[in-house]
Amino acid sequence: MREGAMSLSLLTRLQESHEAWLLGVILVMCALLGAVAPGFLTVGNFVDLLETYSVQGILALGLFVVLVSGGIDISFMATASVAQYLAAFLAARWHWPGILCIPIGLATGIALGCINATLIHFVRVTSIIATIATMSVFFALLMYATGGKLIADIPDWWSDRIVFAQWESADGDLVRINLPIVALAVAALLTWLMMTRSNAGRQIYAMGGNPESARRIGIRIGQLHYLVYGFLGFMAAAGGLLQAHRVGEAVPNALYGTELAVLSAAVLGGASLSGGSGSVPGVLCGIVLLAILQNGLNLMGVSPYFFQIVIGLVILIATSVMVLSSRRRRAPRARGEAEAPAGG
Amino acid sequence: MADAQAINGNLTALMRLLRGGTPGGLSGLGSLLLGLVVVCSVAVPDFASAGTLQSIMFQMPELGLLSLAMMVPLVSGGLNLAIIATANQAALLMAWLMKSMLVPGAPGGEVALVILAAMAVGLVLCIAWGILTGAIVAYTGVHPILVTLGTKSLIDGISIYLTRGTVISGLPEQYSAAGNAVVLGIPVPFMVLVVAAVLVGLLLRRTGFGVATFMVGSNIEATRYSAIDTRRVLVGVYLASSVLCFVAAALMLARFNSASADYAQSYLLVTILAAVLGGVDPFGGFGKVAGLMLSLTVLQVLASGSNLLGFSDYLKLAVWGFVLIGVMTAQTIRARLRR
Repeated sequence: MREGAMSLSLLTRLQESHEAWLLGVILVMCALLGAVAPGFLTVGNFVDLLETYSVQGILALGLFVVLVSGGIDISFMATASVAQYLAAFLAARWHWPGILCIPIGLATGIALGCINATLIHFVRVTSIIATIATMSVFFALLMYATGGKLIADIPDWWSDRIVFAQWESADGDLVRINLPIVALAVAALLTWLMMTRSNAGRQIYAMGGNPESARRIGIRIGQLHYLVYGFLGFMAAAGGLLQAHRVGEAVPNALYGTELAVLSAAVLGGASLSGGSGSVPGVLCGIVLLAILQNGLNLMGVSPYFFQIVIGLVILIATSVMVLSSRRRRAPRARGEAEAPAGG
Repeated sequence: MADAQAINGNLTALMRLLRGGTPGGLSGLGSLLLGLVVVCSVAVPDFASAGTLQSIMFQMPELGLLSLAMMVPLVSGGLNLAIIATANQAALLMAWLMKSMLVPGAPGGEVALVILAAMAVGLVLCIAWGILTGAIVAYTGVHPILVTLGTKSLIDGISIYLTRGTVISGLPEQYSAAGNAVVLGIPVPFMVLVVAAVLVGLLLRRTGFGVATFMVGSNIEATRYSAIDTRRVLVGVYLASSVLCFVAAALMLARFNSASADYAQSYLLVTILAAVLGGVDPFGGFGKVAGLMLSLTVLQVLASGSNLLGFSDYLKLAVWGFVLIGVMTAQTIRARLRR
């Protein structure tokens, strides 16, 4: 009886696991696209894909932490652009060494994140409105100060490719694992450690689940606000620096406008806007799913204009299914709890 | 412990302050406007003139209608991020219909008929998007931010996919002539805005639907237990928002004499800014159309002043962002002082 219940719970747990569902969808899509588009199911294509989406992946990981805490941030792309441009300006115009430029870029990201945290915690503005305001201020000031001019002469120490591993795949292509993929892996590990292996991570989940009860059990909400928005600022700056490394130039409005894709990756990965849920593997699956979708549509020759429609549909369907299925799951449990006292 | 008490106190203060709206309420906003006008008249050459007044009356309507379209969902505790996408798609559809159904030199009666038909189709499109958005918000329970981000991406995507990002221009002259006419010194678009504002005010204050909208914004569960069909109210909220987008689309079409998927995209922030500055509670439940209209005038005076001073568009956006943050900060400080 007890064993039966246990295997049943394992089964339902697998069924309920968001990540398992996502992985299933990814595998089915891979099989489909592999059959339709030759060249899709190769190691080289996958490595390219990961590298293309590494920056968005890092940003999605940062945003995921904010979403778990129950907030939202729209300004991270503006933060990434400001940090990237400032570091590139110091490196290219004033010829400062990388050991100074990179920390300054990252610190800028953290500082801008802390501005958001101050507005949200002390001024008590709703996070979406606060970050819409800061997004427009950061971005407008950046465009005003730079006149929209790009910095194309980024020094070599920044833009040179850094290869961590390379090998020849079975079909003769040279496959390289470059810095962006390694950076994505490090960012994922860091986020995963923070969210599952530290007190702060547990407290962020608690705060997202119910801020009032989190406050009453003695969690310092203010510090956590600074932690989550500062963390996203840091990740945004890292993503911005990495983007400049990949393309070899700093363009003030290159990242602007891609917030939606990052948000949809985080939401696809199971982070809910009401906070308290989501996991790092889920977010990574979300990014991979978006990457596969876009890459597959490209290989099938579908117009790139179509991709925005796909993102819209994916957000609508994924969130609706998540909310509806969690509601269905909750209903019988609530009934069971109500019956329990009567039975006992 | 002291910290916890402070937070609790802040929460109470916050609730009180949100009910109070902007510092000093409508009169505070009115004096802010008056002060701005005086400062601009002194500091900016050529500001105090009939031309400035008329240009403000020409520029305000689109932003005003889009802000009304944002305000209705805000009052219900939601948000509609798809307003500009909806307006642009309706404008594109109407422009395409007018262009493809008319040959140059068609008689006036036929032109008028085609214009009316195109507008009817545009209205139907907006109604369809409004009902769809409202139904998703009401029946799935997904947060409106996510739903409308999704519909925004979907609507924009469809517009861009079909037009390949191009601009549709070449409308019948009669259409833009009617849209840019000035009657008794007042531009027609401004009259449209005033009528729409009065209608929205009546809808929110004088009908059962309006009262239900405010109640949903304050506490949706309590409203549901009061035997109000909250789902129908939510569908109605997004429907009203979309219909206002249609009116904005009709005005934009007349003013730009063309339509595109990326017109007015920077207005999205400004509509929220205008609503919050005008005393609409971003958490829902409170807000007045009069406050919104006052704050729109403040923003437009700021914009006209900075235009005359030769500020760039980016600087203007930054100024608006600072104003929003400044108002929020002022509200918080006022609440702390009161305690």
